[in-house]
Amino acid sequence: MTAVRNVLLIAGRELRAMVGTMTGWVILTTVLALDGLLFNAYALEGVRRSADVLLRFFYFSSGTTMVAAIFVSMRLLAEERQAETLPLLYASPVQDVEIVLGKFLAALGFLAGMTLLTGYMPLLILVHGKVSVGHLAAGYLGLLLLGSASLAVGTFASALARTQIVAGILGGALLVALLLTWQLSRISEPPLASLFAALALFNLHFVPFQSGVVHLRDVAYYLLVTWVLLFAATRVVEARRWR
Amino acid sequence: MIEVEGLTKYYGEQAAIRDLTFRIAPGEVVGFLGLNGAGKTTTLKILANVLLASSGSVQIDGVDVARAPHALKRRIGYLPERPPLYDEMTVGSYLRYVAELHGVPRERARHAVEAVEERTHLAGADSELLGALSHGFRQRVGVAQALVHDPAVLLLDEPGKGLDPVQIVEMRALLKSLRSSHTVLVSSHILPEIAQTCDRLLVLKDGELVAQGTEHELEQRVGGSGLVVVRVRGALAAAEAAVRGVPGVHQAAVVSADGGEVELRVEAPASLRPAIARAVVGAGLDLLKLDEGQDRLESLFLRLTRGADA
Repeated sequence: MTAVRNVLLIAGRELRAMVGTMTGWVILTTVLALDGLLFNAYALEGVRRSADVLLRFFYFSSGTTMVAAIFVSMRLLAEERQAETLPLLYASPVQDVEIVLGKFLAALGFLAGMTLLTGYMPLLILVHGKVSVGHLAAGYLGLLLLGSASLAVGTFASALARTQIVAGILGGALLVALLLTWQLSRISEPPLASLFAALALFNLHFVPFQSGVVHLRDVAYYLLVTWVLLFAATRVVEARRWR
Repeated sequence: MIEVEGLTKYYGEQAAIRDLTFRIAPGEVVGFLGLNGAGKTTTLKILANVLLASSGSVQIDGVDVARAPHALKRRIGYLPERPPLYDEMTVGSYLRYVAELHGVPRERARHAVEAVEERTHLAGADSELLGALSHGFRQRVGVAQALVHDPAVLLLDEPGKGLDPVQIVEMRALLKSLRSSHTVLVSSHILPEIAQTCDRLLVLKDGELVAQGTEHELEQRVGGSGLVVVRVRGALAAAEAAVRGVPGVHQAAVVSADGGEVELRVEAPASLRPAIARAVVGAGLDLLKLDEGQDRLESLFLRLTRGADA
């Protein structure tokens, strides 16, 4: 019970900091503007079936979600270190995992809110075209899971880095590496090819979501990536007590 | 209350502190002295569980900090060298956050914040943004966050750093008010602050505890090298002879001698002041001033941390 209370306390402060400063609003408006532009210029381009428009919407939204996740998460722990506020958390009766989870949940809440605000675009397709609510729900579940995994990558980078800029660069590089494993799979021999394909953040696991298909395998993959990277971030935070 | 045994911390190959052993009784206010890099901050960080020791143990009320860190952290208030403040928060919301983080229930946190704001003279700044506060106010909020959950043990790293004279006096009064209700370990470079607020001193040099005790005990240890300033009206030679004739006086240097008044800087323990007064009056001189030297503690500090040549 205390653990949940601590996580929510840290998450609440972090979320208020995100919406209470310029950075959060800049990320939010940039992503929404970019999504709107891409929706007009790319998804609606030419005559298409409604399902294709929705598929394209989820395709480009996955890109903006991943970029936004890095920008949102790069501050989480690196800023605490930069501003020398980490001793407050270390000296408080909270576990290191509660610190990491609280920070991550705040970022996930922010990203989820931002993703929901893009909802007017698929709703327009739903009203004026012929798409199922299931397709819409599957796409948003995929965005949320992809966002969660990307945030975990960024949180891990933020735990490692001394400054937000370094955290952003490191998080971006790790994310690109996870995307490029798909390309590696195409030039590798089995069994490495299947391993690289299974590790790839987008191609194998997100494509079904954008088509409205939910595989348990893909859900498990994104949850596993999130768990592994948050676990690693917690270990980094713990290790800082030795230095 | 606090028992530290064989505490050692290595940063790579370098020992920041080595085999520290000391005890602090409940209600004691203890000053932590040492030059930069002596290991004061490292020790305080380990006591606050911000940093883990390489070896040794810290016990608070008989409970090992490493074994039950969370239970003990509720009983410890820690002010790091730089107050850990979130600039986008207001003073009140920040202190409520810290209180709740230390396990104070939400319904009681509000009252706890009001009480600590009153105590640290922050009541008028409750809705001020932390990022907009002056250095002195930030330092005050730093002390308030260490106090807000009413801990039994307070660890304060340089609470007077960068404060103006008025703020230093207020901080000193605050530290004095904590005596008996809290056990306090405070590090500072402002020696008069330490002298006026602490019951006992711990002196660190190159990561090792070189001395501990009251100011008087430390003076005795380094050879009764306190300073007394004497100002008399009369002849210089008579003044020097009278003062030097007092058993226990090591040296007497002339600071000034004009207009028939002589000021001497006497190396002697403060306890010799009555004997010096009697000697001066006995020699037929007018005693105008008899005071502990302003730099007495500085001299003691330098002798302990640099060696007898200081």
